[in-house]
Order: sequence, then structure tokens, then C-alpha cells
Amino acid sequence: MWRYLAPLGLFVVLVVFLSIGLNLDPREVPSPLIGKTAPAFSLPDLHNKDRQISPAQFDGEVWLLNVWASWCVSCRAEHPVLNQLSQEYKLNIIGLNYKDKRADGIDWLRQRGNPYASNAFDKDGRVGIDWGVYGVPETFVIDKNGIVRHKHTGPVSWKDVEEKIMPLVRSLMKEAA
Amino acid sequence: MKPYTFLLFVVFSFIQSSAVIADIEANEFASAEQEQQYNKLVNELRCLVCQNQNLSGSNSELAQDLRKEVYSMIQTGDTDAEIIEFMVARYGDFVLYNPPFKAITFLLWVGPFAVLILAVLLIVIFIRKNNNISSIELDSSEADKVADLLSRDSSKGNH
Repeated sequence: MWRYLAPLGLFVVLVVFLSIGLNLDPREVPSPLIGKTAPAFSLPDLHNKDRQISPAQFDGEVWLLNVWASWCVSCRAEHPVLNQLSQEYKLNIIGLNYKDKRADGIDWLRQRGNPYASNAFDKDGRVGIDWGVYGVPETFVIDKNGIVRHKHTGPVSWKDVEEKIMPLVRSLMKEAA
Repeated sequence: MKPYTFLLFVVFSFIQSSAVIADIEANEFASAEQEQQYNKLVNELRCLVCQNQNLSGSNSELAQDLRKEVYSMIQTGDTDAEIIEFMVARYGDFVLYNPPFKAITFLLWVGPFAVLILAVLLIVIFIRKNNNISSIELDSSEADKVADLLSRDSSKGNH
């Protein structure tokens, strides 16, 4: 009996492990920023060099930081989702235009619509390093106290919005500042 | 090609590929110690874009930026521990090729040894079982039969 059951058992264990492995996304690296204060920065506005943007301006609000670039291919897939997100839910989305050219970034928004309340221009990607950015696009959810509560790596789909981001945002909006 | 020469070839091709270096920036260091520190760090830190390469082996934009960051931190006199802390605070333990022993990395460190011990145990059990088979007791009629067969066989061999 054992002679037949043992290999079968081993096979089942192997299948379970491999199927877990297949469903894990190796690009999804847990962010050490979750639960910590959002890294501070002060960057010029993409559209207006003289205006500075920093996370402290959004204290008391639930907001999203979306890291994007005109050279980023998956950002094209994500962009309509962000447009819909800002229209339907009036969410405060701040863009971090990462290692881009100013004119290219402005053009991109003119062509595809602008879901962002404002855009910080991170020319050399130094602020990106502080936020642990390694794969554009990335999206962070920040609560009223300026704490990072969630990170999404890769393009956000509408499914992600309805299943992860909006439920979290709604519960964060109920929290006291 | 003999099988073992082929195996050697495979092993050496791996050794070769791990020594590839994409780090081509012409960094100038004030001292040999600083250069050593830099080389040590860019070999220990993982590139998060191409996850099976370290910073020195990767030519991705992020790896270039992080190499630049390591270089400028060394210039301002930061220690290894300070630079590693800076990276871990931003990218997590994943950025280290030599992750610390923690609750979350427990399986990573202990797993291979657990599998090894399990394999040794299974081999021991298997060998013991086989030994039992070879020490089967024969009754007298069986023993006669065996002796008869053996003697017949040896007489044949003498011709």
C-alpha cells in the first residue's frame, strides 16, 4: 500500500508547492514603507517650474501617489483606469513623473487626459529611490496622517481599483486624522 | 564528449556567467579601501529590476542609479552598515543577497537543511529495508536445493 501511496503523496505535495509558486508574482516585493511616514520630498510641478510639491500639502487627506513616465509602456494600459478613478471617485491622485523629460510628460497628459491633481517632476529619479521605486508604474495609498498604507507594483487594473484600492480608501476616509 | 567532460563544461560555463560585470562607470576613489568598499557593496546588493543580478552585474537604469547612490554615500564617508540600512529602508530585505535570519526568512535558511535531513533519513530507512531482504532464513529443504544448484553450477565452470 505504502509503495503506491508514498509517491502519490509526494506528487501531490509537489503540485501544491509548484502551483503556489506559479501564482506568486516575483515582481511583487513587499515594501518596507507600509505603516511608515511617507518619505518627504519637495519637487517642482511638472507644469509649473516655480511651484513646489511636497507630501505635507496633503496632510488630512487620503491620497494616491502614482509613479509614471511617458517612456513607460505599462503606464499606457494603466492611464485610462486612473482617468476613470479620478472621474468616478474624485480621488486625490498625485503623479510622480519619474525620470522623464518635462515636455514628453506634458504631451502625454495632453494626449491621454490628466487624472492627476498635480504632478511632481522627479527628473533624476532621486525621490523614486526614497520611495523604493523599482518598476514603473507604482501606486501608493497614503492616509490622513501621512502614513503609507498600501503599495501596488505594476499597472493598476479596474479590478484592482474595485477590489483593493477603493475598499481601503473608503475605510481610511472614515479614520480620524 | 564524455559525460563528465560535458558536466565540467556546464559547471565552468556557470562560473563564467556569474563573473559578468556591467558596472562600467569610471568612478574615482580617494583610497583603495573606498574602492574595495564600493566593490563589496555593489556585489552584495540585488538589482530589483532584474532580480537575479546584483548591482554590479546589471545595466538597468535603476542599478545605475543605485550604484551612483552607493558611490556618493561612500564619498561622504558612510559605513557599509549605513549604506545597507539605507537600501533596506527603501527596498526591504529583498535587496540583500545575504538576507538576515528572521522569522520571515526562517524557511529560506532552514528549509534546505530540513530537506537534506529528510533525504538522509529516507535513504537510511530504504537501505535498512533492503538489508532485511538479504538476510532471509532458509529451511533445510531450501538450503539443500541451493547447495545442489551451486555445486551444479561450479562443476559446469570446470569444463
